[in-house]
Amino acid sequence: MTKRFEINRRRFLTGASIAAGGMVLGGCDAFDSVSSSDSAVRAVLEKGNDLTYRVQRLLTKRNALAQEFTQADIRQPQRPNGITNPEDESYKSLLANNFRDWRLEVVGLVEKPLSLSLADLQAMPSRTQITRHDCVEGWSCIAKWTGTPLGLVLDQAVVKPQARYVMFHCMDTIERGLAGNILYYGTIDLIDAHHPQTILAYGMNDMALPVANGAPLRVRVERQLGYKQPKFVNTIELIDDFAKIGRGKGGYWEDNGYDWYGGI
Amino acid sequence: MDTISTSGQEISAHPPVKRRGELIYRQSAWTRATHWIWAASLFFLLLTGLQIFNSHPALYIGDQSGFEFENHILKIGALNTPDGQRGYTEILGRRFDTTGVLGSSGEPPRPKAFPSWATIPSFHDLGTGRVIHFFFAWILVGTLVVWLLASILNGHAWRDLVPKPRDVRNLPRDVVDHLKLNFHHARDYNVLQKLAYAGVLFVLLPLMIATGLAMSPTANAMMPWLPEVLGGRQTARTIHFIVMLLLVGFFIVHMLMILAAGPLNELRSIITGWYRVDPAPADISDGRQS
Repeated sequence: MTKRFEINRRRFLTGASIAAGGMVLGGCDAFDSVSSSDSAVRAVLEKGNDLTYRVQRLLTKRNALAQEFTQADIRQPQRPNGITNPEDESYKSLLANNFRDWRLEVVGLVEKPLSLSLADLQAMPSRTQITRHDCVEGWSCIAKWTGTPLGLVLDQAVVKPQARYVMFHCMDTIERGLAGNILYYGTIDLIDAHHPQTILAYGMNDMALPVANGAPLRVRVERQLGYKQPKFVNTIELIDDFAKIGRGKGGYWEDNGYDWYGGI
Repeated sequence: MDTISTSGQEISAHPPVKRRGELIYRQSAWTRATHWIWAASLFFLLLTGLQIFNSHPALYIGDQSGFEFENHILKIGALNTPDGQRGYTEILGRRFDTTGVLGSSGEPPRPKAFPSWATIPSFHDLGTGRVIHFFFAWILVGTLVVWLLASILNGHAWRDLVPKPRDVRNLPRDVVDHLKLNFHHARDYNVLQKLAYAGVLFVLLPLMIATGLAMSPTANAMMPWLPEVLGGRQTARTIHFIVMLLLVGFFIVHMLMILAAGPLNELRSIITGWYRVDPAPADISDGRQS
């Protein structure tokens, strides 16, 4: 009996040291090539994101609402992310005049292109909602948002049947590159565009929308992550395809490796 | 010289026919296939999960993250001190210096919650981490759902994994046996194995999936009760992290137990299905007499 225990103990100790060694080796640069946008492996892995989009669309009712919270849940200012103080001269001059010269252009595949001032938007029916903003980084923050339902604006412009996406053009430079500056941009589908909680927000926590949070106008797309809710918007364009825009993935972060449907 | 083979691997002076137990077909093809699919999936899920966590290395309790109020229970960060950059890990208000591993690591030291060797990709790339994480999440969810349904319907779950009253009665003896590294090789799992495997398959993995879904804003619109029952989105994220730690703990113990119980026999059974059991009591007495 003693001998059996010794064999086991020796084997156990050898094994334990092998296991410990293996854990230290972990080393995961073996998979770094997947970061490249032309990696064939990545193209396969990204099918998972397509599946997520299809399944979430299939299982979620078209107008299912994101959770709404109460005034007591607003415990801090909305944490800003991305560009919080645009350096662009055109933006700064609009801000200097308190956005009186700013217009929201609604263009592209619409019957009646629109050019709306902030006062025009504020004169339309509004919606106020206390929702949780979920950042792709992992944090959440609850705030109250007031704005014009995007669906009302789209109805006024009369969307053409061939339109499939709403593209938001923004006034903030997100990247300065050799090929020129890139202004933030993003797209959502028409289901989210017409969702009752999808609003063009001009108010936050009972105040005018602050610059850090996207003044004068940002989008709230409450069933998706923060990067799908562009700030500093000045043009809404109805499009049927985004393959020729940027690198063809439908948004600034999407062109940099993030999923187009930010539902998870 | 009456050693009794515990794994069937040792060669003794006695004729092997007498000494070794028989080979039995223990692990079905389904068990073996799902085992390795889950092992690979969990490897990628862990290392991409740490990549995702590195984007915001703090855990909170409640619906939201406290930036202007305190509700965090864990925070990993880096500080610049006169002695250079130091990494720290703060757990429930207590701060530990974890330079080199958590908070600050690499040459030259860089602020990074989990070090390069623990993340995929090795550098900071949240987008790619998410692509890989969700791909393997689908593999895990798909195979686990099929396996759960099949195992409940065909009785595998009840027969082989759910601990029975008899198992519970054996628990103290089984704990003592494990502590003595005295392993029995039989067709059926012992009670600690049943508890560990059932705990992972019926509790930890489903909880991992539920807390993962509770972090999805679309899934929240579909099932607002899910983040509610889990204590809010940020609590769900914290549970997701704690379950990860439990699964890593399971993996370490799993490896140690395999090495201690006879790695070749254990590996053969999870690759080919065939497992050498201990000799039947009759054989042992034969062996002793010869």
